[in-house]
Amino acid sequence: MSTLQIVFVLLRRELMLAMRRRGDVLTVLFFFVIVTSLFPLGVGPDPKLLRLMGGGVVWVAALLAAMLSLGRMFASDYADGTLEQLVLTPTPPVVWITGKILAHWLVSGVPLILVAPVLGVQFGLSNEALGVLVLSLLLGTPVLSLIGAIGAALTLGLRGGGVLVSLLVLPLYIPVLIFGAGAVDGAMSGLGSEAHLSLLGSVLILAFMLTPWAVSAALRISIE
Amino acid sequence: MMSGINWYKYSSPATFYGLAGKMIPWFYGAAALLCVAGLYIGLVLAPTDFQQSDAYRIIFIHVPAAWMSMFIYVVMAFWAALGLAFNTRLSFMMASALAPTGAMLTFVSLWTGALWGKPTWGAWWVWDARLTSELILFFLYLGFMALQAAIDDPRRADRAGALIALVGVVNVPIIYFSVRWWNTLHQGASVSMTKAPSMAAIMLVGMLVMALAAWMYAIAAALSRARSIILEREKNSQWVTQMVEDEV
Repeated sequence: MSTLQIVFVLLRRELMLAMRRRGDVLTVLFFFVIVTSLFPLGVGPDPKLLRLMGGGVVWVAALLAAMLSLGRMFASDYADGTLEQLVLTPTPPVVWITGKILAHWLVSGVPLILVAPVLGVQFGLSNEALGVLVLSLLLGTPVLSLIGAIGAALTLGLRGGGVLVSLLVLPLYIPVLIFGAGAVDGAMSGLGSEAHLSLLGSVLILAFMLTPWAVSAALRISIE
Repeated sequence: MMSGINWYKYSSPATFYGLAGKMIPWFYGAAALLCVAGLYIGLVLAPTDFQQSDAYRIIFIHVPAAWMSMFIYVVMAFWAALGLAFNTRLSFMMASALAPTGAMLTFVSLWTGALWGKPTWGAWWVWDARLTSELILFFLYLGFMALQAAIDDPRRADRAGALIALVGVVNVPIIYFSVRWWNTLHQGASVSMTKAPSMAAIMLVGMLVMALAAWMYAIAAALSRARSIILEREKNSQWVTQMVEDEV
């Protein structure tokens, strides 16, 4: 099988598994929605304030939601031995790891992007800012899955893995948050969002090139 | 070898244990001497600043702590990389021995920064780029230590910690610049440290001496922690048994 075929087969498997357990996907999505609706309740309904905060709040919630779903990435495959079999296959780990990360993004990142405009409207974002919000999430959420995969791989099978993964991964998410929320901010204030989006894109490229190798090293450490 | 010393000999925990034991008093002594000298320069010889009066004197603790907190993270990542590359147990032990000292110095620099900020800026904390990135550095240290603490198997703990230290050190510049741009765009803090008048030579000397003191202290503390880690890991080995018997 060619490399692409392997990625495709793995992707189909992961998506099928996700579709059989739709609850997991929906839980993360609703978590995202609930967290964003907590902010207006916390800081008050002033439309001006909410419009200022909107982009940042949606982005913080996206970070938390992405982190929440990281446990799923390798845990069940680790528990039933699939992961060991994958490691033993002649396919380079980087290939199937990229497939798994891609699947994780499709299952947990894409739904967030689809819902985000609705949440943005609730915060009174302008139409242009809504577009930028979607675009920034489109560039940023794959980075969350990529970096998160390192944390998920390192904490495989550890007690308190969920909390630990947040401690490891959230500081590394900060640049994505800054560029993502900054892009929305730039669109709202009329400063323009191109710079932030370009930076986000470069972070994505960098993460895409480097993290699969780190994840492969992390999995080897955790499985041996 | 360039200097004729067999460095590999000291990559064995048993020989390193003895060497570190001999070196620790010297480093602690140097740290104490330099600290006394630095504090004398800082608190007695250095003149009072005409703008910030005596409040500025906290920089003699604050700046060395901040420098060392960043430097130690890099050194930690260096040992981690060395450990992953050459599979030397001692390198991993040095990395984990450095982390608590680095975290402590990060905390000290944040705390003293707050003490300096209150009289000078009128606020304990502002979301300045440097403060924020120092805070994130503190989180990175915490993540490293939490990960190592959560893993029972020492081999896995070593390697997992090393990997996260390396990932962290790659990210540190990205985080630093993103925070800087974030800060300049938001214009949150109206005060800037770069606008401060340039420093008198005597103050700079005091700061450098204190930085050296912090450096010596960090080495001594890391070495003694490494010794404890070695004892803990090698408690069943023959040389430890022998050593304990000799001492009894």
